[in-house]
Amino acid sequence: MDLTTFFQQLVNGLQLGSIYALIALGYTMVYGIIKLINFAHGDFLMVGAYAVYFFATFLLALTNAIPPIILFILCLIVSLAAGALIAELSNRLAYKPLRYRPRLSALITAVGVSMFLEYFFASLPFIGPSFRAFPDIIKQVSFVVGGVYLNNIQLLDIGLAIALMILLTFIVNRTMTGKAMRAVSQDKDAARLMGINIERTITFTFLIGGALAGAAGILMAMTYPRIFPYMGILPGLKAFVAAVLGGIGNIPGAMLGGFLLGIAEIYATSFNSLLGEGIAFAILILVLLFRPQGLLGEKQSEKV
Amino acid sequence: MRTARVLLIFALITGLVFFGVGCGGGTTTTTPTTQPPTTQPPTIIGVVAPLTGDSATFGKSTQEGAELAAAEWNAKGGINGSQIVLKMADDKSDPTEGAAGITRLIEQEKIVAEIGTVQSKVSLAIAPILQAKKIPMISPTSTNEKVTLVGDFIFRACFIDNFQGVVGAAFAYDNLKLTKAACLFDVGNDYTKGLAENFRDAFIKLGGTIVGFEAHPTGATDFNAQLTTIIAAGPELIYISDYYNDVGLICKQARALGYTGFFLGGDGWDSADLVKIGGDAVEGGFFTNHFSKDDTRPEVQAFVKDYTAKFGAPPDALAALAYDAANLMFDAINRAKSTDGTAIRDALKVADFKAVSGTIKFDANRNPIKAAVIIEIKGGQQTYKATVQP
Repeated sequence: MDLTTFFQQLVNGLQLGSIYALIALGYTMVYGIIKLINFAHGDFLMVGAYAVYFFATFLLALTNAIPPIILFILCLIVSLAAGALIAELSNRLAYKPLRYRPRLSALITAVGVSMFLEYFFASLPFIGPSFRAFPDIIKQVSFVVGGVYLNNIQLLDIGLAIALMILLTFIVNRTMTGKAMRAVSQDKDAARLMGINIERTITFTFLIGGALAGAAGILMAMTYPRIFPYMGILPGLKAFVAAVLGGIGNIPGAMLGGFLLGIAEIYATSFNSLLGEGIAFAILILVLLFRPQGLLGEKQSEKV
Repeated sequence: MRTARVLLIFALITGLVFFGVGCGGGTTTTTPTTQPPTTQPPTIIGVVAPLTGDSATFGKSTQEGAELAAAEWNAKGGINGSQIVLKMADDKSDPTEGAAGITRLIEQEKIVAEIGTVQSKVSLAIAPILQAKKIPMISPTSTNEKVTLVGDFIFRACFIDNFQGVVGAAFAYDNLKLTKAACLFDVGNDYTKGLAENFRDAFIKLGGTIVGFEAHPTGATDFNAQLTTIIAAGPELIYISDYYNDVGLICKQARALGYTGFFLGGDGWDSADLVKIGGDAVEGGFFTNHFSKDDTRPEVQAFVKDYTAKFGAPPDALAALAYDAANLMFDAINRAKSTDGTAIRDALKVADFKAVSGTIKFDANRNPIKAAVIIEIKGGQQTYKATVQP
């Protein structure tokens, strides 16, 4: 592998990693606050992508005069709203009734919600199980830097992933709502005694988590312009690995985990086409064996 | 009075019986449009196709292709002076229905030869029945290799999947004059893997070099790693044997990585969605297919004109292959000068027939050796580029 190829693969890895990182952010935040591994997170992403698909197709059919950047911002808002809405609906209908049940019940319900969303969307006649071509919201433009090819959508992915991580860190660490979220994550009962409205805090958590999934949805669909109801499954699983790698519950950790996983996958694939697919899960096993708290996670002692 | 009543009941029963036979099992008879007076009994040929169910459009094309061929032969005086009568059976895309249909055609209609059916899984169910009865069969479109391996009475009019790789290699080497190619394929799919392996072997045999042979897992969306490796090796052409939805993504990612060479693939590209997903990136891409209605050869243009005049819409590949299968069969019966199954089979084995989808001869496994057409994506549309002999 010469140097140009090496850097090209690094760029490829960063692009893939930014998608994983975006999904992992939402994963890790919901886990960090309510200790629920929300397996439906990848499917919230799919809902966001479909919402944008219908919105953009409708808008582009009406007029072609919208500047791409305005169109992108409108679509981004639609995806954030759709992701937030479906996440809060899942919370209300599926997770809330099980709030004070054993954690395993909620986990199994999350798997159920995930499968329901996939198969329900596939069965809807106007969505269907087949692939759809995602409209061009922003035209992809490539440019060369020292022999390495970059493109505008790649940079948008990476930029937005970093921006959202910073925003999320700010919300969790610097706002009153964030303070409430952290309090709920430490001790629900004590938080309630302190006058924190737990349900409202959890709703807020799901709204932000879902919006992040929606943002990941539009970016993934723009980067890989082909959508279908099962598009969230594999990226969702990989993002879960990324979250564990970075330390689940830790926001900068999810970011780091996502990028590392993307880069590892690309280099493994370039070494052997089929190695790449398994590398994520090999990493998951290694992390769980040798550093279960993840790269940036703190060691927690089990209370007995 | 009593006699009248008995007669009435008798008439009713007879009517019911005839009605029952008429509807029985959905067998319908296609009467030739022009029927000159003949002294010989008609030649009865069975056609099995999915006339209803989720592949009904396949069945309709197949039936129409066969009907056009029969009408043309009958207008010229039939086979050895005997008019052709087609008997249809609906397999509903179901192997069990197909087996029941073919048994009825053999037992009740006394067919001497069979054309059909569309899907390989159904053809695999009807082929053993025909083989046991020594009745020759030509499937127009079943591409699974196993179909003709059932026995020596089973033929097909389409090329098998792997053959497309061979034709693709010939096109890249002879027509495009390229010597460096790379392959990218889905490792979990026998179709794409088979095409890629056959392309590789044929391209090397012709004198070309394969500079990259990369796989991707099923369901992948990011092909950048494989493409970066491939592009670094400097191919002039990338052979992508995937289906249209992967092809669109692959071409787009390859162009974003600065690749400027050719793309080539198989009939998995044949979808309007290819251009929707791939956009400008698939422009100028080539793929192999069975048939193109824009092919300039006179037999193709004559067929397209006659078919459109008779059925009001231009033919698709299925109609063309059914038309070819029917003509092959009629030609073989004509040359055999007999409706005996073994005689027809022997005539088919030495067939050298100028069909719409290319001149057809059969190999030892009764697969046709014939040309494929190359389609080019031009201005977002599929356009006919060339016909390539293997």
